[in-house]
Amino acid sequence: MDFDKELDARGLACPLPIVKTKKALAGMGQGQVLKIVATDTGSVSDMKAFADATGHELLASETQGKEFVFFLKN
Amino acid sequence: MGAGDYPPGLDAFIARRVDEIVAQKVEERLAAMKPKGPPSMTIIATKGTLDWAYPPFILASTAAALGWDVAVFFTFYGLNLLRKDLSSLKVSPLGNPGMPMKMPFGPGWFRDVDWNIPNIVQAGIPGFESLATGLMKKTIKNTGVADISDLRALCVESGVSLIACQMTVDLFGYDKEDFLPDVTEYCGATRFLPMAQKADVSLFI
Repeated sequence: MDFDKELDARGLACPLPIVKTKKALAGMGQGQVLKIVATDTGSVSDMKAFADATGHELLASETQGKEFVFFLKN
Repeated sequence: MGAGDYPPGLDAFIARRVDEIVAQKVEERLAAMKPKGPPSMTIIATKGTLDWAYPPFILASTAAALGWDVAVFFTFYGLNLLRKDLSSLKVSPLGNPGMPMKMPFGPGWFRDVDWNIPNIVQAGIPGFESLATGLMKKTIKNTGVADISDLRALCVESGVSLIACQMTVDLFGYDKEDFLPDVTEYCGATRFLPMAQKADVSLFI
């Protein structure tokens, strides 16, 4: 999937992946796509809840081995 | 026409319906009156140990990331969380049966051992608290959990109001110079409670 920016949230525990995602999105333009790679197992449900609560569209949520990859639309 | 001319049970029926209708109307009016801003949360932070420093800052930074308005009122031992220097925050396993005592180093089987050290032994060893704190900090680092000062800086950056209890500052004879310049205000319960009353979520930690 195409994306405009990538956030490496590997090795970070709750709530850092979400807090850093919010910060990254704040610096991006409307409609741009942010790719996030995390290793926190809680991030799967957190990212979905974050998208629901903030109105960002979660385009994809994938598990690749021990990593979780998300694509969020700003 | 006398009261006796009404069908039996009519008064009770009317009373019940009026209660239901009034409750529904009041709720509708209140919902219409509520200003449509972002959700809000207030937290009262009362604990001053390394372990209990986490919940208020984790919840506050997460809520801020969700776009909520957040205010944290630090009172009693919680004021320690507003110090410029957080190195004095400690964790004590003494009298805390919920805290696992695991070693953050060595082979896997060794890390999995939960060291069940009797209270009387913990109390008798000088520096036990510092040892436990050192081990906890190492575990925190190993697992990628944020450092408290980093988490607090994220809260400040995202606009969380950090409110210090003036009464506690006076009670313990603290010097305001020891606290973060980012403290939004020093005030009392009378200033804080109306904020909590209007908040959607209010927590005591």
